[in-house]
Amino acid sequence: MSINILMPALSPTMTEGKLSRWLKKEGDEVKSGDVLAEIETDKATMEVEAVEEGFLAKIVVPDGTEGVAVNAVIGVLTEEKGGAVDAAPVAEKPAPAPKAETAPKAAAPEASGGGEIPTPFKEPTSAKTEEHGERIFASPLARRIAKQSGIDLATVKGSGPNGRIVKADLDEAPAHEAPKEEPKAEAPKAAAPATPKAAGPAIAAPHKKIPNSSMRKVIAKRLLESKQTVPHFYLTVNVELDALLELRAKLNATSPKDGPGAFKLSVNDLIIKACGVALRRHPNVNASWTDEAIIQYDDVDISIAVAIPDGLITPIVRKADALGLAAISNTMKDLGARAKAGKLKPDEYQGGGFSISNLGMFGIAEFSAIINPPQAAILAVGAGEKRAVVKNDQLAIATVMSATLSCDHRVVDGALGAQFLATLKGLLEDPLGLML
Amino acid sequence: MADNFDLIVVGGGPGGYVAAIRAAQLKLKVAVVEGKHLGGICLNWGCIPTKALLRSAEIKHLLDHLPDYGFSADNVQVDLKKIVARSRGVANKLAGGIGHLLKKNKVTVYDGYAKLAGGGKLDVTKDGKAVAQLQAPHIILATGARPRQIPGLEVDGTQIISYFEAMVPEVLPKSLLIMGSGAIGIEFASFYNDLGSEVIVVEMLDRILPVEDAEISGLARKSFEKQGIKILTSATVKKAVKGKDSVTVTVEVGGKEQVFTVAQVISAVGIVGNVENLGLEGTKVKVERTHIVVDGFGRTGEPGVYAIGDVAGPPWLAHKASHEGVVCVEAIAGKNPHAFETGNIPGCTYARPQVASVGMTEQKAKEAGYEVKVGRFPFIGNGKAIAMGEPEGLIKTIFDAKTGAMLGAHMIGAEVTELIQGYVIARQLETTEAELMHTVFPHPTISEAMHESVLDAYGQVIHF
Ligand SMILES: Cc1cc2nc3c(=O)[nH]c(=O)nc-3n(C[C@H](O)[C@H](O)[C@H](O)COP(=O)(O)OP(=O)(O)OC[C@H]3O[C@@H](n4cnc5c(N)ncnc54)[C@H](O)[C@@H]3O)c2cc1C
Repeated sequence: MSINILMPALSPTMTEGKLSRWLKKEGDEVKSGDVLAEIETDKATMEVEAVEEGFLAKIVVPDGTEGVAVNAVIGVLTEEKGGAVDAAPVAEKPAPAPKAETAPKAAAPEASGGGEIPTPFKEPTSAKTEEHGERIFASPLARRIAKQSGIDLATVKGSGPNGRIVKADLDEAPAHEAPKEEPKAEAPKAAAPATPKAAGPAIAAPHKKIPNSSMRKVIAKRLLESKQTVPHFYLTVNVELDALLELRAKLNATSPKDGPGAFKLSVNDLIIKACGVALRRHPNVNASWTDEAIIQYDDVDISIAVAIPDGLITPIVRKADALGLAAISNTMKDLGARAKAGKLKPDEYQGGGFSISNLGMFGIAEFSAIINPPQAAILAVGAGEKRAVVKNDQLAIATVMSATLSCDHRVVDGALGAQFLATLKGLLEDPLGLML
Repeated sequence: MADNFDLIVVGGGPGGYVAAIRAAQLKLKVAVVEGKHLGGICLNWGCIPTKALLRSAEIKHLLDHLPDYGFSADNVQVDLKKIVARSRGVANKLAGGIGHLLKKNKVTVYDGYAKLAGGGKLDVTKDGKAVAQLQAPHIILATGARPRQIPGLEVDGTQIISYFEAMVPEVLPKSLLIMGSGAIGIEFASFYNDLGSEVIVVEMLDRILPVEDAEISGLARKSFEKQGIKILTSATVKKAVKGKDSVTVTVEVGGKEQVFTVAQVISAVGIVGNVENLGLEGTKVKVERTHIVVDGFGRTGEPGVYAIGDVAGPPWLAHKASHEGVVCVEAIAGKNPHAFETGNIPGCTYARPQVASVGMTEQKAKEAGYEVKVGRFPFIGNGKAIAMGEPEGLIKTIFDAKTGAMLGAHMIGAEVTELIQGYVIARQLETTEAELMHTVFPHPTISEAMHESVLDAYGQVIHF
């Protein structure tokens, strides 16, 4: 008997990933717990551990394969060395099981007759998962047409019962299926046509192609969806930082040189803390839109955008309102370092009720960020720079930072966003309040 | 003072009463105005009473074949009066039930004829007397249709008759000529032939049941001819000369005239929509070829006025009327329904043999540019059909070779009107051949032939 090794889902949002490399060769003995292979997901690199014992009889998906569907068969274990591999392993419909495990062997015959059996990883998606880890409901015909014409069902809005995707959602062009009898007045479509396939114009200029990494695809999909479906508006405030910089210098001076108690606060750490406190005071900003209700989060968990080699990731500082400054600072250092190494665990970057994106270190004066769904707001932080300000009718110099809040208007109205920013500005300009 | 409603439905047929009940479910204050009979043509003079008659015909057929099943009986009598009385009883029982359903759903019913009076108003009259004035922002016209008359061959009710009279014969006509071979003409042909009349069917087009797949039409014709029905296609009735107890009909077939003398002529040459006396004049409601022009939600050109069912055009079927009623009401209530499902409306003919279909014929699919895969499975390969003594029949399925979409399904044989629904669900759920092939069909049933037909389309048929 042979056992299929399946592509694991390392996070609920993962639908496919890259099999970076195998750490075992065909024929190697495998003990439960051994690391079999490394997988690059949308956000991190993870190790696939063996659940069963035996011998790695066959590597189905070779090193460096992109776009391997979750639950596709990537390799086969046999109980005995040189044991027979059962009939061609085929992808099962993704089961919810998030771990690499024994899969029931299932022949997924393609009905087209002719006995050809699809390779598991080239024809994935018999049922894809959505961004929130839910199953996508689509008719079998819609699935097949999507597959044939390369449409990602996750980008299609279903107009059927409970949002089920039907054929008509895939082709904007009216179905060429003529009514049985004579034609009637043209029927207007009930639901808005779904996102059509974006077929860009062919690029003629000399170029090279950089294949999209899993992360790039996720960034593209999520941010496009956010910008297209979330009604954004933007509020900007200027914050004087001189008092905060002074406090920071004083606090850093108190840090032990080395050892467990050491810390070095950054401006960003103070901004995280200030946002935490402001969110606790304005819980209706720490929230998400759903069709039924606005979800207000109990905890203040703040996602911090961190640039990493081929994209970005948003590790989360949990309960930021309750953490002390040193704790925030050290947490951020650890998360940042592991983010850059691609070693974050899914629960360290999934979730959060609010985001901060800081491009101050690049000298950006101000910018507006795209909301990170399902959150309702993101703060875009610019550089603190010396600017001329008017104080008591006198021109003066102050260190000023511009911060722009992008709000989901379904959740955060203008006045609410403004009140939140006023609180934040107050905390940053009079930072002793953060120490309480 | 006008009585005010959210929605008024004119006509209490399967279009109108279903629309009204759905509206009541959606908490609209709704009224139905019906001039003659709740239940419309369908329950009173259409679907239901004809099915009751055809059931009697089927039993007659079985009685004629008792020895095949191991019985013998002497002196079997046909009591036409009782057959007709049973049919009327069934119709009345069901039509009566509609009143209760409407009452239960708190739909107000007005007995009378309604006419648009402008500004969302309707005048209701009965026998020339005003009954009520009603007002609503939404008015659905579901007034149905009536037999089409051919000039020179008008229905007189005794010698040239329509479906109304054909449904309540007092004596069995020795011979009959039926003009038109659509579902209605063919059902009467089958009924009267089974009871013992001599039947001639005259069809203008080149085949009977012209909306069906050509192959199925051909098989139907063979079967009826074997039963003794005379069928003339590409044939036109030129004139009918009435004698004392007979009609002499001249039919032109392929340029030659043939003359038949029969006891009665049934005119079943289609229907016209009931668009008169509705106050449509001066509104933006558009009428084309006696039918109200609507969009996929029943909207006419006049805001607030909708039309569904037979009056809104083909296919003239009760379930189509009901479906349109539901979609129209849900759209009015802001429910965002899908537009009318024109391709998924099954059509059934309850003759012996039965015929049922959904979707495109093979010819239509090819004309629409599809590359098709066609499956066929005859009843002689089906155990249950043989066991029942019904070895005549065929199930034909048509798939889009590219996507596996089921484009159409066409059936002829015993029980197929009950079977077609399986394919209708398949189409509604947009299954491909794959799901149908993996579906397990119970053995032994005629439905297994549905499975085999799909398998045949993909070269995997088992029993043939
Ligand atoms: C012999 C025969 C057999 C049939 N068999 C089948 C079958 O097997 N299956 C099938 O699906 N279909 C069958 N049909 C067709 C089916 O009966 C019709 O498609 C169906 O009845 C249409 O429903 P409707 O609600 O649109 O109209 P109708 O059923 O015609 O109802 C319209 C109603 O409106 C009323 N009305 C008209 N004008 C006014 C007015 N101004 N004010 C108030 N009331 C008004 C009429 O009195 C009538 O009751 C058959 C038809 C016939 C004639």
